[in-house]
Amino acid sequence: MPDKVHVKTVINGEAVEFLCEPRDSLLEVLRDNLMLTGAKEGCNNGNCGACSVILDGRLVNSCIVLGAEIEGKEVETVEGLAEHNKLHPIQDAFLENAALQCGVCTPGFLMAAKALLNENPNPTEHDVRFWLAGNLCRCTGYDKIVRAVLDAAETMSTEVNV
Amino acid sequence: MRAFEYTSPKTVSAAADLLAEKGDQARVLAGGTDLIVQVREGKRHLERIVDIKDIPEANVLTCDAQAGLHLGSAVPCYKIYGDKAIASAYPALADSTHIIGGTAIQGRAAVGGNLCNASPAADTIPALIVLEGICVIAGTNGTREVPVEQFCTGPGTTVLENGEFLESLKIPAPKSHSSSFYLRFIPRNEMDIAVVGAGASVVLDDAKESIVSARIALAAVAPTPLFAEEASALLAGRSASDESAIEEAAEAAKAIARPISDMRGSAEQRVHLVGVLTKRALNGAIQRVKES
Amino acid sequence: MAVEKEYKVIGTRPIRHDGVDKVTGRALYGADYQAAGLLHGRVLRSPHAHARIKSINTSRAEAYPGVKAVVTAGDLTASQDKIVDLGEGAVNLKFMCDNILAREKALYQGHAVAAVAALNGHIAEEALELIDVEYEVLPPAMEVRAAMQDDAPLVHEDMKTDEMGKASDKSSNIASHFQHKKGDIEKGFAEADVVIEHDYVTGTVHQGYIEPHNASAVYNADGEITIWCSTQGAFNARGQVAEILQHPVSKVKVVPMEIGGGFGGKISVYLEPLAALLSKKSGRPVKVLMSREDVFESTGPTPASYVRVKIGATNDGRITAAEAYIAFEAGAYPGSPVGAAAMCVFSPYKIENGFIDAYDVLVNKPKSNAYRAPGSTNVAFATETVIDEICKKIGMDPIEFRLLNSAKEGDSRVDGPVFPRIGFVETVEAAKDHPHYSAPLEGKYRGRGVATGFWPNFAFQSSVSINVNPDGTISLVEGSTDIGGSRASIAMQAAEVLGISAESVHPTVVDTNSVGYTDVTGGSHTTFTTGLAAYEAAQDVKQQMIERAAKLWEVDADEIEFSDGIFRYVNGKEEEIDFKGLAEKLGQTGGPLMGRASVAPSGAGSSIGTHIVDVEVDPETGKVEILRYTATQDAGKAIHPSYVEGQIQGGAVQGIGWALNEEYIYNEDGQMTNASFLDYRIPTTYDLPMIDAVIVEVPNPSHPFGVRGVGETPIVAPPAAIANAIYDAVGVRLTELPMSPERVLKALGKI
Ligand SMILES: Cc1cc2nc3c(=O)[nH]c(=O)nc-3n(C[C@H](O)[C@H](O)[C@H](O)COP(=O)(O)OP(=O)(O)OC[C@H]3O[C@@H](n4cnc5c(N)ncnc54)[C@H](O)[C@@H]3O)c2cc1C
Ligand code: FES
Ligand code: FES
Repeated sequence: MPDKVHVKTVINGEAVEFLCEPRDSLLEVLRDNLMLTGAKEGCNNGNCGACSVILDGRLVNSCIVLGAEIEGKEVETVEGLAEHNKLHPIQDAFLENAALQCGVCTPGFLMAAKALLNENPNPTEHDVRFWLAGNLCRCTGYDKIVRAVLDAAETMSTEVNV
Repeated sequence: MRAFEYTSPKTVSAAADLLAEKGDQARVLAGGTDLIVQVREGKRHLERIVDIKDIPEANVLTCDAQAGLHLGSAVPCYKIYGDKAIASAYPALADSTHIIGGTAIQGRAAVGGNLCNASPAADTIPALIVLEGICVIAGTNGTREVPVEQFCTGPGTTVLENGEFLESLKIPAPKSHSSSFYLRFIPRNEMDIAVVGAGASVVLDDAKESIVSARIALAAVAPTPLFAEEASALLAGRSASDESAIEEAAEAAKAIARPISDMRGSAEQRVHLVGVLTKRALNGAIQRVKES
Repeated sequence: MAVEKEYKVIGTRPIRHDGVDKVTGRALYGADYQAAGLLHGRVLRSPHAHARIKSINTSRAEAYPGVKAVVTAGDLTASQDKIVDLGEGAVNLKFMCDNILAREKALYQGHAVAAVAALNGHIAEEALELIDVEYEVLPPAMEVRAAMQDDAPLVHEDMKTDEMGKASDKSSNIASHFQHKKGDIEKGFAEADVVIEHDYVTGTVHQGYIEPHNASAVYNADGEITIWCSTQGAFNARGQVAEILQHPVSKVKVVPMEIGGGFGGKISVYLEPLAALLSKKSGRPVKVLMSREDVFESTGPTPASYVRVKIGATNDGRITAAEAYIAFEAGAYPGSPVGAAAMCVFSPYKIENGFIDAYDVLVNKPKSNAYRAPGSTNVAFATETVIDEICKKIGMDPIEFRLLNSAKEGDSRVDGPVFPRIGFVETVEAAKDHPHYSAPLEGKYRGRGVATGFWPNFAFQSSVSINVNPDGTISLVEGSTDIGGSRASIAMQAAEVLGISAESVHPTVVDTNSVGYTDVTGGSHTTFTTGLAAYEAAQDVKQQMIERAAKLWEVDADEIEFSDGIFRYVNGKEEEIDFKGLAEKLGQTGGPLMGRASVAPSGAGSSIGTHIVDVEVDPETGKVEILRYTATQDAGKAIHPSYVEGQIQGGAVQGIGWALNEEYIYNEDGQMTNASFLDYRIPTTYDLPMIDAVIVEVPNPSHPFGVRGVGETPIVAPPAAIANAIYDAVGVRLTELPMSPERVLKALGKI
């Protein structure tokens, strides 16, 4: 059995160190080692987006990233989205638009939406639908999710302008 | 998932040594979107994973009007379609990198990984073939070059020898009045593996009226991605608005398709789609030249 | 009971109570369970669709470092044929146990054979590879029509058909056969000017919830079992676990964790008994998880079916007779939703002469399960496309045809029940009046289709208790798993009664020791039944509060009125106090106040919806694009309109997936070849337009606010609506689901 790897990283703005097996995925490390269970496992092979997190500014499926790979990198998870207990505009928009039913896909969608709005603050409906295609939701039919993301984009752009 | 060792060498030679030492028990990790899934599903049993993302040569990305594109093997898809200069010089490559997986996959998946995984359905391989891509292969004894169309030898197998890996890809600068196009057929609009894929590149004359040369390549219709050489040759000298020329090329492409039937599509459906997609790819490439 | 009223809370759109937890990642779903010393369990599954298990040797796995327990069917108390009633119909205990761990035979690929608990998931997976199972592979029965033949491989060698309620003496894969008759079918067809009949085939599909099944258990030395899992019904899970383990039900406590979707697929237990057994053996908490592949191969699916529908109508558009032959794949054990299919097949319409002939057939696939309006989608695909063809034949607008033939209050279904007030006509009118229906549809290869979906809705049993807090809020305790915002829709009903805001209600879903019996979140019953329990519990609170006010003012309780959240006494001396004011004074008027109700109502009230869809067909590739979608549905009364719309949109999209791409693809050996979300293609954001959900409100007379369940109906219409739109676009009729690009190409004669 190969030795465990010692990894130093930054998660949600805080320095974190952990030991993991080389075969542990980032998702396993987050959920089992670090108790950050916000990212969910829906498929464990990159097909559903429930495990989406942001790694060095890019959206990734944490189930197909190795824990060992995040040495020296920065990870953002859903747990870090609200700051000082103030919900992020995307979180507010999801609540106001009733963009979740069971909610298991929600952490993934929130992170994917955040990555989208970082890169494209004024997306069209088409942009949103294309960007979020890797995040599956079986409950909502996506209508309210797409509206929530468009609403959040609007709120965020007016907040910036104010 | 079975246990393995994780290594992240900083140099080409260190990587080659780490690979050579373990033979087929070691594999390169680029974006991991194929590899990690395959290891988890027990399709591959490895003792060592060699992460190449810390190697400078695997991360180069330069686009030069004379020298062409130099693309490190670990560069993820989003950097390619997201770069305006690259996307306009190599549209088929932008097309193909833009449709792999979803956004999160594109944040990790490399063109090099797509090529080395050697899936018959890989989307970037037909694009690389029509763009005349060259593989720069590094090994314990230096580097060698192989054209992309000769790189894959079967489903999941390549010309890479023990201790070798793909360092980078080189694509020549686009000729004047040329363009390219890649598309595939999938039942959904995203997050699907090609039932059939078709790439085409064309060079038109100065008047943009007739075809000087063309290249057509296909995915998911044979054990490896195919360069449809005869179909391509048929087009030289023909008018770019001659539908019958396009039709003949499509028929010639269909003739070399030897697909299997599987859960993604039947052989019959695939052959039919080769015809449809070849025409669409050619017309798409011609249209792009005309619009440029 | 129901009257059109102005409501204060009902019909508004408050933020759901569990919302913040769910957008911050704090909500704990089943797989998020953690405990000191937790072991991780994995399940070994049969690679064969049908095989005799000759031997299982677990010794290598048991000896593997890090493995703490291994279980096989031998660890389940020998199960006999015994019929147990778990509230949702009778089940054979032997079948239930054998589905948890295969005993003599593995009956489908993915059938559980053994389970391991180890220090981590990787070790557990490695240990599975060390379990030696010797199989004798048998030919499988994989398709309903073939399985019904005399020479088909038998799934259960000793299965005798239940032939119209009587056991026959021949072994067969036909588990049961039943019929419904109404009127004179021959006379009806004789009166028809047009008779259309077609065969329809639908594939096996999965509920496709994003969260895989999970279960964690602690089996204490004193025999107390606690289970944490994602289930649609904690009490139902408790009952199943108790029966399967032959353990007193009072010694099993089920803690429902947040659940990541169910749609009918998280009612049966799979992992819960295994987690308990592994915990018993190891003496430690054990969490067992399924992979996505396990979910596809071992749970769910809803059955493939073969359906033949024949409908006769007059030239002026009146249905004269309707006949259906329905054969459903039950999977490895009896009990497909064919019974429900028979309740739905013709029910939107007034049918004087009808005949339904139905079969429940065993095949070597996972035991079929409910999936949103189970059975109704399969048969609506047939009925609603036959009707479209009749409309085309007689030159009648399909909406006018439906208006003319819709069932109304007092009409009876072919299977018997008589309709109370229903909203079929109103939903069809809503579709007719919607701008979508009259919008021009331009462009080649584009078409518009219409179809109707029906679900009878069910009412089960629920309990709610309410505690009044000194700050004027209430804590509402319920047993209904919240899969899609039901905390809010139940809390709002209590709030309405008590004249307080939705935010003043704190709903909690609790374990089976902490609330009265409550049935599964399913059958579209939760907002209806648990809502009714909340209404009754709030009435109880209201009555007790009136008594407290009486005590406070030293007057007679009969003379106190309660409206708009204010208690008033108006006889001589004027007194009034609001809910909050009185709540503060509970201490001085008799102490804590708690209301409660347990209900077992009837009259769930059927729900009907009519959908309109525009499609574009690519004639060269056979791909169908959804351009526009409108779904109308009778909700009785929408408590929280956003979540009603959400149900309609989500259901419609599941129906779209079923229509276009979703199906299990099997190889010759009966193994599924597309057990992943990459190849079992549920719709993504990028495959869809916005879904316009139109709520129609025809109050249900059996509910104080007029609620009808809305969850299931919306999945029913889409496949037929899309098939009708494809016909409109390119002139071919598809009779097989899914209408995949390849099937469309074939229908077009392109391949
Ligand atoms: C959800 C999902 C959707 C997908 N959709 C598509 C799609 O639409 N189209 C498509 O074509 N593919 C798709 N794929 C497959 C995959 O994403 C692509 O093939 C991707 O480009 C692989 O790149 P990677 O960097 O992730 O490769 P890795 O997984 O890191 O590597 C792939 C293989 O190549 C080897 N390898 C990688 N780099 C080198 C190198 N430099 N030298 C030698 N060997 C190397 C690895 O050892 C491995 O065997 C999808 C995968 C997922 C999970
Ligand atoms: S769990 Fe990672 S993509 Fe599904
Ligand atoms: S809300 Fe349930 S999967 Fe999206």
